[in-house]
Amino acid sequence: MKSLRKQIDKIKPHFLEGGKLHIFHSLFDALEVLVFVPDRVTSRGSHIRDGIDLKRVMITVFIALMPALLFGVYNIGLQHFNSIGMEADFWQMFWFGLLKFLPLLIVSYGVGLGIEIIFAQIKGHEVNEGYFVTGLLIPLIVPVDIPLWQLTIAIVFAVIIGKEVFGGTGMNILNPALVARAFLFFSYPAWMSGDLVWVEGMIDGGAVDSFSGATPLALAAAHNIESMPSVMSMVIGTIPGSIGETSFIAIMIGAAILLYTGVGSWKIILSTFAGGFAMALFMNLVAVNPFMELPAHYHLIMGGFAFGAVFMATDPVSGAQTETGKWIYGAMIGILAVLIRVLNPAFPEGMMLAILFMNVFAPLIDHYIVEANIKRRLKRATVK
Amino acid sequence: MSTKEEREPLFSSKNLKLLRDPLGDNNPITIQVLGICSALAVTVKLAPAVVMAISVTVVLVVANVVVSLFRNIIPPRIRIIFMLVVIAMMVILVDQVLKAYAFEISKQLSVFVGLIITNCIIMGRLEGFAMANKPWPSFLDGLGNSAGYGWILIVVAFFREFLGSGTIYGYPVMEKLGVYNLGYENNGFMILPPMALITVGIIIWVQRSRNKELIENN
Repeated sequence: MKSLRKQIDKIKPHFLEGGKLHIFHSLFDALEVLVFVPDRVTSRGSHIRDGIDLKRVMITVFIALMPALLFGVYNIGLQHFNSIGMEADFWQMFWFGLLKFLPLLIVSYGVGLGIEIIFAQIKGHEVNEGYFVTGLLIPLIVPVDIPLWQLTIAIVFAVIIGKEVFGGTGMNILNPALVARAFLFFSYPAWMSGDLVWVEGMIDGGAVDSFSGATPLALAAAHNIESMPSVMSMVIGTIPGSIGETSFIAIMIGAAILLYTGVGSWKIILSTFAGGFAMALFMNLVAVNPFMELPAHYHLIMGGFAFGAVFMATDPVSGAQTETGKWIYGAMIGILAVLIRVLNPAFPEGMMLAILFMNVFAPLIDHYIVEANIKRRLKRATVK
Repeated sequence: MSTKEEREPLFSSKNLKLLRDPLGDNNPITIQVLGICSALAVTVKLAPAVVMAISVTVVLVVANVVVSLFRNIIPPRIRIIFMLVVIAMMVILVDQVLKAYAFEISKQLSVFVGLIITNCIIMGRLEGFAMANKPWPSFLDGLGNSAGYGWILIVVAFFREFLGSGTIYGYPVMEKLGVYNLGYENNGFMILPPMALITVGIIIWVQRSRNKELIENN
């Protein structure tokens, strides 16, 4: 580490003001803070000092995502070998999945960080860690066969329109990873929905006839309840789906990490699950078709519900900030997600739209919570 | 009355400003944010956008001149009704002409030709300019504003048609380039209305970053 520090210090002057490589200072900054804690500290004003900085928060989410990622990589291989009807051992599956997943990850980070660096250069602020989690989330919420050029366009759109136009990290209204997914969903629906895209190679017709690549949600939406996978396989995650979303257990391990470290809000996660469960129960009450009769707990383990609740809804930037607001925000996400799933045939999965919708409403919720608080306190104050 | 006022030249710098300002620094769409609804609705393809731009130009220019001619005899209390009558007459004329000579495009534009009546740009120019100015400046003002409206419409429609349908004015550019064989696909999002809003937003962004004076303080 010391020799690396020395090397960096040696080349640093070139990138400072007046150095001959000054135009590349954003790139240099990005690489320096990647390996070392930046030496710049806030110099003015009072602020609370805490060991938790952006980098620490990001790395915690990063670690929390690992179980879902590793399982997702394994599941790519598992689904693929199932679809072509071949036997394979664990490592073959994992290796196959890794080869399919890595290009997505590389594109995600390469494109996203590239844009961040360009914007940092133009706007004259430093590159920060804002994209690290987004860059990991994006490949986890897309189908494995998504063409890389589509992913590239989606990431360009998400980082620029979803984040940079609002002022960069911490200023965005919407969750950038979900903006990328929504962009893909509406732009290239043939690659983002249906029964063929979730399993590697299936869209090119590379599957045996007996294999169905339909996700549990698609089966439920088609009222084909008896072909749905068992609760057990949905909890473990050996089902077709977006790469990171299938395994309920892996996501819950991530949730435990987020909650233990206090990075994710337990109020949002709990209220999202509660809202979704309550709405599903309500659907059971007024059920007129098999999808509405589906047991309520199915909704929590199918599709992207758990992944969205744990990793997307809890985004501290785009979510609600006030404590009461978090309950409302989370509950509405759960309610809307199940509502869209069950009642809107155009959208098989409602989690992405529900979270984006509530992202937009989060500032409004916060505003009224604060206003209500002010009113309550004014009432308590005795006017003489 | 003996000393006649000196006549202003037809294209004085003041008059040219009327023509030029709405194209850029005082654009009805990107600066005043008027007429957005039609900008979202008719910009899926270039052809309807061009027709829409021409229609609005005709309506606005004629209405501006007519209102300006009558400006001294319109009783102030019923001026809005008067303007509406003029606009509605022009819109119906345009609509009928389109139905007669460009039926296909007229069908694509559907209600949006009729809705030119409610286009805020037209009412705004009549109330804000034609009521207080002579016919010639009003003519130029109408021309300038509808051109400012039109070019935004056409730029938005160009990108939406090119990226969303792979054509330019109906000509299959992407197909001729052969990019579909390389795995390229049209962007379905560009055809949906939100993308028109975002495209207009990008134009606003580019314009304000080129001319910092336009950035609003709040």
